This record gives sequence, C-alpha cells and structure tokens, in this order.
Amino acid sequence: MTTRPFLSVENLSVQFPTPDGLVKATSGLSYSLERGKTLGIVGESGSGKSVSSSALLGLHRTSNALVSGEIWFDGTELLGLPENDMRQLRGNNVAMIFQDPLSAMHPYYTVGDQIAEAYRAHNEVTKKEARVRTIEMLSRVGIPQPDRRVDDYPHQFSGGMRQRAMIAMALINDPALLIADEPTTALDVTVQAQILDLLQDLQREFDTAIILITHDLGVIAEVADDVLVMYAGRAVEYGTTKQLLTRPAMPYTRGLIDSVPNVNDPLDRKLHPIPGNPPSLLNPHTGCPFFPRCEFSHLVPDNKCDTELPELVAISPGHLKRCHLPDASVLYGSANDYTPVTAIAERTGTR
Amino acid sequence: MAAYVVRRVLVAIVMLFVMAFTVFALFFATPGDPALTSCGKYCTPEKLEGVRQMLGYDKPTTYQYAEFVKGVFVGRDYPVNDAYREALIANGNERLIIHCDAPCLGYSQRQASTVNELIGDAAPATFSLSVAAFALWIVVGITLGIIAAVNKGKWLDRILVGLTLVVYALPVFFIGNFFLQYVSIKWQLFPYPRYAPITDGIGPWFIGLVLPAITLALFFMAAYVRFTRAFVLEAMSEDYIRTARAKGLPSRQVLVKHGLRAALTPLVTMAGLDFAVLLAGAVITESVFNYQGLGLLAVRANQDQDLPVLIGLVLVAGTAVIVANIIVDILYAYIDPRVRLRK
Repeated sequence: MTTRPFLSVENLSVQFPTPDGLVKATSGLSYSLERGKTLGIVGESGSGKSVSSSALLGLHRTSNALVSGEIWFDGTELLGLPENDMRQLRGNNVAMIFQDPLSAMHPYYTVGDQIAEAYRAHNEVTKKEARVRTIEMLSRVGIPQPDRRVDDYPHQFSGGMRQRAMIAMALINDPALLIADEPTTALDVTVQAQILDLLQDLQREFDTAIILITHDLGVIAEVADDVLVMYAGRAVEYGTTKQLLTRPAMPYTRGLIDSVPNVNDPLDRKLHPIPGNPPSLLNPHTGCPFFPRCEFSHLVPDNKCDTELPELVAISPGHLKRCHLPDASVLYGSANDYTPVTAIAERTGTR
Repeated sequence: MAAYVVRRVLVAIVMLFVMAFTVFALFFATPGDPALTSCGKYCTPEKLEGVRQMLGYDKPTTYQYAEFVKGVFVGRDYPVNDAYREALIANGNERLIIHCDAPCLGYSQRQASTVNELIGDAAPATFSLSVAAFALWIVVGITLGIIAAVNKGKWLDRILVGLTLVVYALPVFFIGNFFLQYVSIKWQLFPYPRYAPITDGIGPWFIGLVLPAITLALFFMAAYVRFTRAFVLEAMSEDYIRTARAKGLPSRQVLVKHGLRAALTPLVTMAGLDFAVLLAGAVITESVFNYQGLGLLAVRANQDQDLPVLIGLVLVAGTAVIVANIIVDILYAYIDPRVRLRK
C-alpha cells in the first residue's frame, strides 16, 4: 500500500441539480496537503473554491449536492463516511473558519458559550472545565481580559476580535486540518496581517495543515506553501507559491497577479483587471473555460482554446497547468521586466 | 434594561392618552347629536333633554373630555349635571344616582348600565375563548411549522402546507357552523358548546370552550404553520448554522439550540399582537356560538350607535394592544442580547 499524503483530494466533483440543469460547481479537482503546510486556493467568486472545501467537512450533506471523487484524510475516506463518524471529525479533526465572523456567530449566545460548545461536542467535560479551556483559548488567540470577554456577545466584539474568537473556536480541539474560508476578507488591512500572523503562529505550534481560501494573491504570497488556482470549478494551475508567482503558466494566474496593487508601483500605473466575467457553471464552454477572457489565445494554433478543454499537465516537477499555450514564458517574459510578478515574488522570498 | 422598560411604559402611557383623545374627538366633536343616539327609539323632546343632562352632553366637548378623563382616574357619578343630581338627592331619590368607579369608561343610557359593567360581564367569555384559542394555535401551529420545515420538500411538508391553504380558504363562520350543526347536533360527538364561567368548574368551562376555541384557532394555526416554517427555514440557512454544524454538533442540537432559538423570535412579536387583537372580541366566532363576549357587545353597540360603549371598547382594545406591545418588547430584549445590551 502506498502511503497517501495527509490530505488527498482526488477527482472531486460537486454538482447541484437545479430546475435549469446541473450546475457543475467543481469538476475533477485534485490536490494534496501535508501537516504543517498551507495550501492556498485562489479564484474569483463562484469558482468553486468554497464549495469544494465544504465537501471536506461534509457540510454539503444537508443540501442536494451530488458529490463524487475521493477525499482521503489521515487514512480515512471522508465522502463515504457515515454521518455520525463525519460529525465526530467535524470541529474535532477538521475545523473551519469563515469569512464574516459576525454572521458566522449566533447573535443570541455569548462568545464563550459558542466556543465551549465546540469543545463539549467532542470532549466529556463539565461546563466549568469547558469554560476554563475556552478562556485559555481566547487568551492564546490574543483576546485581552479573556476571563471577562468570555461572557460578551458577538456584537460586543470588534471585527478582528470576532475573527480571533472564531479561530479559538476552530482550534479548541487541536484540529489536524484547518480550512480558512476568506478569513481576512471582512477585516481591516492592519487586522488582516495580525490574523494571518496568528494563524501562522498557531500552525507552527500545533503542526496544523491549513487550506486557505482567498481571492487575494497578496495573502497567498505571505502564507501559502502551495497554490491551487481555480477557474469555473476546475484547477487551472497548481504548484508551489514561488512557481506560480514567478513563472505563472496560465493566463488567468497572470491576470490575478496583474490585479494586485503594489505600493512600489508608480502612482500612475493602471491596475489591470481581467476583462469579462466568470463563465456560467450551468452550460460550461466546450473549450478552455477561460478562453472568452484570454488575451493570449491567439498564440495557440487551430483555435484549440475554443474547442478543446486543455488537460492539467505538468510543466516542471510539482507545477501543473491547464492551458494550451505552448510556451508559457510569454506570460512572465524575462524576470526583470515584469514588475508585478517580481514584486510579489520578493515578498514571498522574504518569508 | 430597567431604563428600557421605563421608557417603553412612558411611551405607552402617552399613546393611551392620545388614543383616548382621538377617539373622543372623533365621536363627540363631529356633526350629529350624541344624545339622540342614546335616547332610543321612542324619543320625546323631554326625554332627549333628560339624556343630555344625564350624560352631560349639554356641556362643551372640552368639559366632557375633562370629565371623561377624570372618570377614568377617579371615577364619576351620573347624572353628570350637578343641579340634576342635587335635585335627586333633595327628592329622596338618591338611589337613582349611579356611581361609576375608576377607571370609569362611561354610562350607556341604552343598556341602563355603566360601560364597566357591560365590559366586565362580557370580558370573561372573550378572555377564555382567546386564551384557549391562543394556546391551541401556538402549540399546534408552531409544532407543525417546525415539522414542515424539517421535512421541507417531502410529502409531509407538502401535505401540511396544502392543509394550511384549505384552512385559510374556509371562512370562520363555515367552520363554526359545521362544528355546531354536524359535530355537535347531528353526530353528537361533542356536547353543544355553551359558555360556562370558570367559577362553574374547570370541566364545564373547558367543554364549552373546545369547539369555539378550535374554530377561532384554526385560521391562526394555518398562518402560524406557514410563518414558523418560513422562519425556521430562514434561520437554518444562516451562516451561524453552518458554523454550528462545522463544530460537529449533533443535528438535533443545531436545530433546537441554534435554529429554533432564532426562528421563534419574530413569532413572539406576532403572537403577542395577534393575541391582543383577539382580546377585543372574536366577532364571528362569538356570533356563531352565541358567546356573550366583547365582540357581540361591540356589534350591538355599533347597531345602536351606543357611543359610550364604543369608546369604552376602543379604549380596552387599544390598551390590550399597547400592553401586549410592551410585553413583547420586554420579551424581545430578554431574548435578544443585542436589544438588551444596547447603550
């Protein structure tokens, strides 16, 4: 028996039957992750990044989603797991933090109550023991006066403190895998950095594997070891952070890099948004899903981008792309004359 | 929290004053002679004058309003005219003077009784009916609503939602008459419903209430099944439900502790106000079952243009709604910490 990675997602597809037809939220997604490492999943809204991660926790089970593929977590296949076993894993071995901590917390219960609930769901402890543990966790995530704030309600916390509390809730059972779904999107920039630092500290301490879902390449550059770029429910590029940011091999990845503003840029540099909108997941394009928005498709002969879906192929060890472009170097040119890439890459290098 | 309650109560008192003034102004400061409507069918000029003196309708409206407010707080005597009253005492007819204790709502010449007595006689029937119907529709309506929500899209949900539509479509007088004609008289499944005061014993009181209470409750029950279903479904789609599930809580705990707690909050507001409205009398149900309650009293007062009774009923109904509002607000603060802990 070959040893599987700690987390291995294989050929995962998530589809939703609707009156208008089958919505293919995720198609044939594969990735893997080891303990102590961070995988960044990047993509626009509706690219399937959140849906695929919810499937890891079995949160799709109350919806009418059709899920196929395999999810191997620490030697267990999760998709076929009975609901009760899955529930034992949820919040215990696999935990999740969400984008908007205000709506993700129940307004009628105290922060402490909601954190302690996660602890008591998986441990035979008294209320008092759970409370002690909760205060300890609040203190560890940097909430001042945790023994008093434990009795506050979510609306009495600031946005950053709420996200810290969510992290405390997610980490209270020392999960081996943490899924962070846009954990900093709803926060101020200064608070964003604090939260990312906190996540990294806790990751080192607990050797947690983290899946970080975001649309912000700046965040990815700062914390991710590997990056998976998703477009229209498919992986379009997958590799180490350094590979993707310095040698993007798919025009969409390059577009994402171009969209990141940088303080070192001249003031009059225009931002380069990607033109157009993400495609419908209801009737996917037969060719490359990115074709209608791609600026480089004219470099591919025989109109292949329009007619044929590219396979995910390796261009160097560990670096996969889904693109017909024969020579990806047109996307970054020589490293010196392409500033946005090098700027982000420099930030990666300083980690 | 205490400041919140005090503020709500003060606002309520102001509202009651405004309401009393508006009602009074509408009935007495408009064209038409209020004495004429109190005088009755065989009215003579002498009798009309007597009614005026008796009820004080010969005085300016402002004076009448002042007397009315005074009556509410300290009580008053009829006839209103002082000379008239003194004459009665001088003639040894003191027993003809009618004392109306605070809160005096007026005197009905037509029914030869104070409004307080009329309302006091009718209130127990209406109150019993309202409480029984309320308990029934809250318990059954909310339970079925939760069951429908949990089974959303399945046959049980479809049947429940379909049934609510049927019940909605059936008028109250139809349901009431059906119970009366068929369930009670023809099939003899249930004794003929007749209101018995609770002082006659819980048993007779309860048996007399069952059919009217079901009649009254069915419509609200159907509405509450639908509302509860919608509120539960809405709550269960909230982000914090996803969080609760992501924590690995058992689905029952997710539903009860996280979902229902949020879903039932808006129902508190609705239930409080619906109940308060019922206290003013369920006209059709009371008519069908011949319950001598506030609803029938209001119907009769309307037919007779019995202004003192109408004003009294409006005030009682308004007070019920305002008091219910305060109770709902306080309950809400108790339920929702965001209201309670507001600065």
